[in-house]
Amino acid sequence: MTKPSEYSHALDLQHGRVEMAHGGGGKAMAQLIDELFLAAFSNPWLAQMNDQACFTLPAGQVVMATDSHVISPLFFPGGDIGALSVHGTVNDVAMSGAVPKFLSAGFILEEGFPLADLQRIVIAMAQAAEAAGVAIVTGDTKVVERGKGDGCFINTTGIGVVPQGLNLSANRVQPGDKILLSGSLGDHGVAIMSLREGLSFETTIESDSQALHELVAAMVTEVPEINCMRDPTRGGLAATLNEIAQSSQVGISIKEATIPIKPQVSAACEFLGLDPLYVANEGKLVAFCPADKAAQLLAIMRQHPQGQEAAIIGEVTADPLKFVQMETVFGGRRMVDWVAAEPLPRIC
Amino acid sequence: MKYVAEYRDGTLAREIAARIRQEARPTRDYHLMEFCGGHTHAIFRYGIPDLLPDNVKMIHGPGCPVCVLPISRLDIAIELALRHDVILCSYGDMMRVPGSRKRSLLKARAEGADVRMVYSCMDALALAQDNPEREVVFFAIGFETTTPPTALVIRQAQQLGLTNFTVFCNHVLTPAAISSILDSPDADELGLSIDGFVGPAHVSTVIGSQPYERFARDYNKPIVIAGFEPLDLLQSILMLIRQLNDGRAEVENEFSRAVTRQGNERAIRVVDEVFEVCDTFEWRGLGWVPHSALKIRSAFSQFDAQIRFSVEYRSSAENAACECGAILHGVKSPRDCTLFGEACTPENPLGPCMVSSEGACAAYYSYGRHQVSLIETTSVE
Repeated sequence: MTKPSEYSHALDLQHGRVEMAHGGGGKAMAQLIDELFLAAFSNPWLAQMNDQACFTLPAGQVVMATDSHVISPLFFPGGDIGALSVHGTVNDVAMSGAVPKFLSAGFILEEGFPLADLQRIVIAMAQAAEAAGVAIVTGDTKVVERGKGDGCFINTTGIGVVPQGLNLSANRVQPGDKILLSGSLGDHGVAIMSLREGLSFETTIESDSQALHELVAAMVTEVPEINCMRDPTRGGLAATLNEIAQSSQVGISIKEATIPIKPQVSAACEFLGLDPLYVANEGKLVAFCPADKAAQLLAIMRQHPQGQEAAIIGEVTADPLKFVQMETVFGGRRMVDWVAAEPLPRIC
Repeated sequence: MKYVAEYRDGTLAREIAARIRQEARPTRDYHLMEFCGGHTHAIFRYGIPDLLPDNVKMIHGPGCPVCVLPISRLDIAIELALRHDVILCSYGDMMRVPGSRKRSLLKARAEGADVRMVYSCMDALALAQDNPEREVVFFAIGFETTTPPTALVIRQAQQLGLTNFTVFCNHVLTPAAISSILDSPDADELGLSIDGFVGPAHVSTVIGSQPYERFARDYNKPIVIAGFEPLDLLQSILMLIRQLNDGRAEVENEFSRAVTRQGNERAIRVVDEVFEVCDTFEWRGLGWVPHSALKIRSAFSQFDAQIRFSVEYRSSAENAACECGAILHGVKSPRDCTLFGEACTPENPLGPCMVSSEGACAAYYSYGRHQVSLIETTSVE
């Protein structure tokens, strides 16, 4: 802080803790916003100190997405709740083909939460937002009594603009479309579960949490015919494929042997009794495109650092029952059904 | 992944499947029961039915610990959680199983009961140590695989002098269940003939292969103990077909990388120290089966939740339309149940076979439903 402080003592970001007053609308809250949030997120919209952000968007369809983050633990190999809260929403916006522009951030903090942890989270958010080319332009902070929350929950909402000529939607997938996956499955969910279960492997499994807007931009620029994109987060690839089969009234057929899974993720899934198809990802996407564009799209994805392991994993079929099926490595077939229950609570 | 991928090798699988098709005689049927839910799950997960000829039929056995537990046992657990203000620790699979009046542990938790999902009984013991002012009950279920860890935590609780930790014991015995299936009069009436068994994998690592020898000898049924990997299953099916073709009935061990004839003697000793066989136990599907379960020995009775909370056992009525009983017995298939896939789905299970991923109904529904649809669409056309 370079400006002279209006507060009698600076926030104790080393040993201080969140107090009820930090959400009370008084001076303590103003100080938290000033010294922590404004300092980290610094941009002209926030600096205006209004209750809302006022901005102009470039021409085109505007998309908006929101996501609340309740992950436990807050810090994990490959990321933390702060970075995740930016990546999650940026990706939801980007899956429409849009260029993400602005984010809001709402914090629900528990009384007693260490300010040092909060600062770490806020800095991670600021860095993730900068890397993703989005500005966090409005926000809110609430504090709940000790025991009524779990440290820190973050909601983010994002706005983006879709370039002319794109029309991506879950209901536009056609029989014959090829299905492309940008990289290995299950990294995020397994990183979190290994941490919770105290499993250690020879190599640490890191979350794949990352913003995918650049990969998306490269893909839609070269192949604007892409019919749909989605990031397989909660419920994993299985949930995403079932959602799209439902929306587009089609069947889906994938080949197990083509799906990239890291050996250590596969080993951890064995330990934990998980199926990687159902495990959450935070930095992967699935794209559906006409068959004659698939090879070109695959090549573009593989040229991008976030899509080096991309693969064509299957195709869309005409099936009134809207089943997602998989050819196993054995040549047998099985259903890939919806998950019935939440196998991994609080994964994002 | 080293030592796992090898057991899932697609080329090798197709080779074994080709041998099965070659050696299975078209003049007869082969009815093979896989006892374990773990095998049932693997059969569907890897699409094994597609690789077998039509006359090799897999019958799904009762080896799913969640499925065989009668409603009344679940009702007791729910009552412990709701009425006795304990921290009730359960494996995740049990949480959604419907008890009487569609209650479940998950619903009890929503009503305010303190129900915790644990991955291991050690977690329950740790909870008791961390919460000395609370009673912690571990809802112990499972076959011989999960029994040694339960025995160990009971012994450890005694060594630690814990006074707030008890176990609600529901450990059941595999050989007793196999006897019950082979002795069942319904089996003959309903025309169920089991020609051979794919024997348990993990259970056998504990008890060894020796306890199955009497089934081969007295009932003339071949048994091949098999691992849970898909190649293990295919290999064991081939071994069973060869025994049947040769007119042999032996215990063979396909899972020799983990199972010995004697089993894990240390595990057997600790189980024997803490538990004794009880006179009779009610199973879902099999009814009351003599000498088929374990209870905590009197020397450890202070860790027995049924004694601590004076729980009385009352049989509860099962859903009359639910066919889980007959399915667990191998006399019906999930597709024979009128509730299957309509009233009873994994999202809204009415019977336990639809809840546990090891249950035959859940495996059929989640992995094999496309086959039902294929059959239906063909017959309509």
